[in-house]
Amino acid sequence: MIFAAIMAVEIKDLISSVIALSAAGLGLCLAFLILKAPNLAITQLVVEILCVIVLIRGTINKDLPLVKDGRWLFNTIATLFSLAVLLLFSYLALKELPNFGAPLMRVSQEYISTGLEKTGSPNLVTAVALNFRGYDALAEAAIIFTAIIGTLAIARKIGKKDEE
Amino acid sequence: MSLIVKTITRFTVGLVLVYGIFITLQGHVSPGGGFAGGIIITLAFIQLMLAFGQDEVLRKLNQEKGLLLAGIGAILFLVIASRIFLKPQQHSFVAEKHFQLLSAGFLSLSEIAIALMVAAGLFVIFLTLVLLIEEEEKEKK
Repeated sequence: MIFAAIMAVEIKDLISSVIALSAAGLGLCLAFLILKAPNLAITQLVVEILCVIVLIRGTINKDLPLVKDGRWLFNTIATLFSLAVLLLFSYLALKELPNFGAPLMRVSQEYISTGLEKTGSPNLVTAVALNFRGYDALAEAAIIFTAIIGTLAIARKIGKKDEE
Repeated sequence: MSLIVKTITRFTVGLVLVYGIFITLQGHVSPGGGFAGGIIITLAFIQLMLAFGQDEVLRKLNQEKGLLLAGIGAILFLVIASRIFLKPQQHSFVAEKHFQLLSAGFLSLSEIAIALMVAAGLFVIFLTLVLLIEEEEKEKK
């Protein structure tokens, strides 16, 4: 992950840099998974995919030359192979999911049974959002505050006058 | 705006404002909370601005004041959140009596801080964008 991050900064070619950045993001996602933060890992993965799409769209100015003729056999085999691998892993992952209508209640049962006594809030949504997952709310507030500051920094009067 | 809009705004702004404060304060009993309540409070100010023009509103709350309020809200929330390092087990500072306004202690305080930050911050964003568009129109002329 660190190697990929250093590569993303140092490399000259823009699109290789974007690919190295996505590798770093994937490493970060796996690190979150190992640290038992699946919520954060999913968010990281989704944001990473979005960022990579935007960045690739931004870095490709002209269409890349696509070589299509002469390699159709290899292309077909590679496509079928990756499709098979994807389906296999999806099957393995789907088998691990709990059945429909029978959710895992290990953590939520704890919240439901002890939420009122621990937080004093009859509204369990608020209890979870601000007490059990209080740092999530703190980070959300930080994100909103950063967005406010960023908007003001872009749209203020002084910066526009300096530009002219 | 016309007289009808101004008169009706005079009646409804207070209601909207009180409803936002209600949503904020009742966040631990009924659905609601700091984010939703803050946005409703912002909507009251935006309605005032649409009806009476920006000069009336800018006299009450300009950008610097709004940014100051947002910063106070953010720091307040940070302070409330970091109380956990001082007394990890204390969740509430009033006697336990559920389904009442003062039953959740620190939860309500952090709701108020969030609402202050969201309301002031979103209104400052609205003000900035409006002023920016006006400036661009002036430059075109």
